[in-house]
Amino acid sequence: MDASIAGILMLDGVTNGAVYGLLALALVLVFAVTRVIFIPQGEFVAYGALSVAMLQFGKVPGTLWLMAVLAVVAALLDAVDALRRGLPAATLARNAARTLIAPAIVVAVTVWAAPQKFSLLVQSALAVAIVTLLGPLVYRLAYQRLADATVLVLLIVSVGVHFALTGLGLVFFGAEGFRNPSFWDQRFTLGPLALTGQTVIIFAVSIALILGLFLFFERTLRGKALRATAVNRLGARLMGISTIGAGKLSFGLAAFIGALSGLLIGPTTTVFYDSGFLIGLKGFVAAIFGGLASYPAAALGALMVGVLESFSSFYASAFKEVIVFTFIIPVLLWRSFQHGHDDEEE
Amino acid sequence: MGVRRIALAVFVVILALVPVLTPENKEFWITQANYIGLYTLVVFGLVLLTGVAGLTSFGQAAFVGLGAYSAAYLTLTYGVSPWLTVWIGLAFTAVASLVLAWVTLRMSGHYLPLATIAWGLSLFYLLGNLDFLGKYDGLLGIPALNFFGKPLNTGRSFFYLLWTIVVLAAIGMAHLLDSRAGRAMRAVKGGSTMAEAMGVDTFRVKVTAFVLAALLASVSGWLFAHFQRTVNPSPFGLNMGIEYLFMAVLGGIGHVWGALVGAGVVQVLKDQLQVLLPKLMGSSGNYEVIVFGVLLVLMLQYARDGLWSFVDSLLPRQRRKVDWADAPTLPTRLRPTHGEVVLDVRDARKEFGGLVAVNDVSFQVKAGEILGLIGPNGAGKSTTFNLVTGVLPATRGQVTLLGKRIDSLASRKIARLGVARTFQHVKMIPGMTVLENVALGAHLRGRHGVPAAMLRTDRAEERRLLREAEWQLQRIGMGELMHEQAGNLALGQQRLMEIARALAADPILLLLDEPAAGLRLKEKEGLADVMRQLRSEGLSILLVEHDMDLVMGLVDRVVVMEFGTKLIEGTPEVVQASPAVRAAYLGTEH
Repeated sequence: MDASIAGILMLDGVTNGAVYGLLALALVLVFAVTRVIFIPQGEFVAYGALSVAMLQFGKVPGTLWLMAVLAVVAALLDAVDALRRGLPAATLARNAARTLIAPAIVVAVTVWAAPQKFSLLVQSALAVAIVTLLGPLVYRLAYQRLADATVLVLLIVSVGVHFALTGLGLVFFGAEGFRNPSFWDQRFTLGPLALTGQTVIIFAVSIALILGLFLFFERTLRGKALRATAVNRLGARLMGISTIGAGKLSFGLAAFIGALSGLLIGPTTTVFYDSGFLIGLKGFVAAIFGGLASYPAAALGALMVGVLESFSSFYASAFKEVIVFTFIIPVLLWRSFQHGHDDEEE
Repeated sequence: MGVRRIALAVFVVILALVPVLTPENKEFWITQANYIGLYTLVVFGLVLLTGVAGLTSFGQAAFVGLGAYSAAYLTLTYGVSPWLTVWIGLAFTAVASLVLAWVTLRMSGHYLPLATIAWGLSLFYLLGNLDFLGKYDGLLGIPALNFFGKPLNTGRSFFYLLWTIVVLAAIGMAHLLDSRAGRAMRAVKGGSTMAEAMGVDTFRVKVTAFVLAALLASVSGWLFAHFQRTVNPSPFGLNMGIEYLFMAVLGGIGHVWGALVGAGVVQVLKDQLQVLLPKLMGSSGNYEVIVFGVLLVLMLQYARDGLWSFVDSLLPRQRRKVDWADAPTLPTRLRPTHGEVVLDVRDARKEFGGLVAVNDVSFQVKAGEILGLIGPNGAGKSTTFNLVTGVLPATRGQVTLLGKRIDSLASRKIARLGVARTFQHVKMIPGMTVLENVALGAHLRGRHGVPAAMLRTDRAEERRLLREAEWQLQRIGMGELMHEQAGNLALGQQRLMEIARALAADPILLLLDEPAAGLRLKEKEGLADVMRQLRSEGLSILLVEHDMDLVMGLVDRVVVMEFGTKLIEGTPEVVQASPAVRAAYLGTEH
């Protein structure tokens, strides 16, 4: 190998690493706020990319209907809950409206816009909107009742959600993979390196998103409320922060990040209905590098995973996944020596 | 013979008749039954791991794969007898699971499942890419097992071998759960502090549970290879690993027989759904995972105990038969002579960041003495307890027990030296009986492990442990309640049970953290009597308590703490007369 190949592999790795980093960020966020190890994060990636692919054909993506159905079920469950607690009808109606209004708008707009084949940017915005709305609904339906359960139970729930979402992905998008058109076809040459516009976009969006999240957590009340919930759920609740609200918000953010990541990788690789799982798990390897707690360490881990992946696909492409996932063992070993017992009482 | 024994016997008889009574043309059902048996073996392991020890794994399918591929490759390439390959497969599995467990189990419980996901994926891709294992096509033409000259090449002949192993494994599991080793496994589920205080090496117990689960999976894999006669990577992927966990949750994660129910229901359901759903959807695909996923979430939300718990509630509760009345008593520790210094705390200090929780505190406890440790809330009493029992490492200072430094020892090592304790917030295993909970206290007085428990060669020792447990319960006035589930006890009774559990360890030094909280007056008087009795036997007691009537009427000396610092030490009379103590509790007059 010469320097130029190494450079290309490096660039490739860092590009993928940026996306893994975004996912790792989402995973750390969700775990800190809700203690959920969110295995299905990758499904949001696939849903984002494939929803755009469907819109490209002028079709309404199945994810839209999933979102609509989940919203209705959530509204019904909330209503039953409210009735049981004897809340007044006005509250009931207000809650239902709050759950249903955003999904209703997105459904209406998508159904109208899909056959018109608007520009890629409009389609991307729609896909992000659909998937982002799925996040809080998944929290509401799968996790909210179990908010006080052990990490272990929540993890098993995550696996159930992953099963269901992957299966539904097959129903919505079929077994065939899709590759989305690029957002920016410009090419740059940087010495021996060829930089595509898409790569530039991936970097720009990743950095913008990280900055945005930073500002959100540092400067806004909602962001601070999420951080407070992450530090101490009970304490946050005593301060008037709704932990349910915090859970929904963190899942919304995770879904948003997932969908966005899907848009970013959509043009660089063929995405299948089940591609998200492996992508999400690589985000996990990165998140574990940060002990599911540190954002900067998770980002660093993500870059390492990306680079390791691109180099191993060059040297031993058949064993790429084996190498990447076996990487978790030394990472865990290093963490266990670093931190020893951080045993939690459950 | 109890109803449960009869039910088991009936089940075995029915099982034996299945191949005989199933008509020739219904071979399909024999195959189904064989798959259920293979899966049940794996799910047994998950019950042990998840339901009993509170860990979990998504990588069991990979261990099945390890067993299956070891058998297939060695038999096909080197002609090794299957009766030998099973052991080689088990050895491979033991090594792989030991590495995974050793790396992850020192950290919090969720790293193991995450590591098993990675392991499951890695092994799948590895099997699918190695030339000598036939890549994704796998290995074909594995010979049938040969049982003393009789080839087990039909579903029906295989059935007997398989289900004999399944039933034996079930009995072994049931035996294990009802033993010293089983109690230790259950103890680690609620966090390690209590288990360690009982002298259980929690890390080792967790590793054992994980390896045991992996070995069961490996045996299933060996059987799988010789039943299917071909192996390829797909049944050993992560999806199958998740499906095994689904079976365990559906059947009932805490019950041995839940594994059978879970495996059976999932296998039959899957088969039906694979026919039904593609018709409904109008195209082929494995849509049953959607149903499984949703069902898994709903089970955890609404019926976390699984299907077997419904069956279990129909079967009558069985009282343990008292077979230990004439068992010899356990040997007891040599007690220090009266007045000898047992515990010596010198300048112990504990800082949490900038907060000094215990500020250079010194005191001694002598043999045959009750020392009261009192002080307002937040004075550092419980932290002092945790320093003495090794739950927290001291920042500075020394703690010695009978002249031996213990401040850097782990909890269980300190327990081994004769320090037993109770907890401010009761820590017990609610699903076990009172008797079994107390027997956990005598953990260090037994030595038999998992194999002895499974083979029931531990019964003589078990009787001695249970006899000790019953005796301690009677001493504390709770003999009547020994067959009750611990979770059903009132708070005061739970506290008394903790004391009995601590006494079952035959301690030199007993640390009681607010034992009288939640007790009624009568119970408090009874408790005081027991403590006086223990003192007269030469036991040393360190008592943290807020009930001043109880403390002042009972203890020999009192140490008063305030804001982490020792305020005063002396006899109850001296302390009660001290203006400083009054100021600490009631504030000063201005």
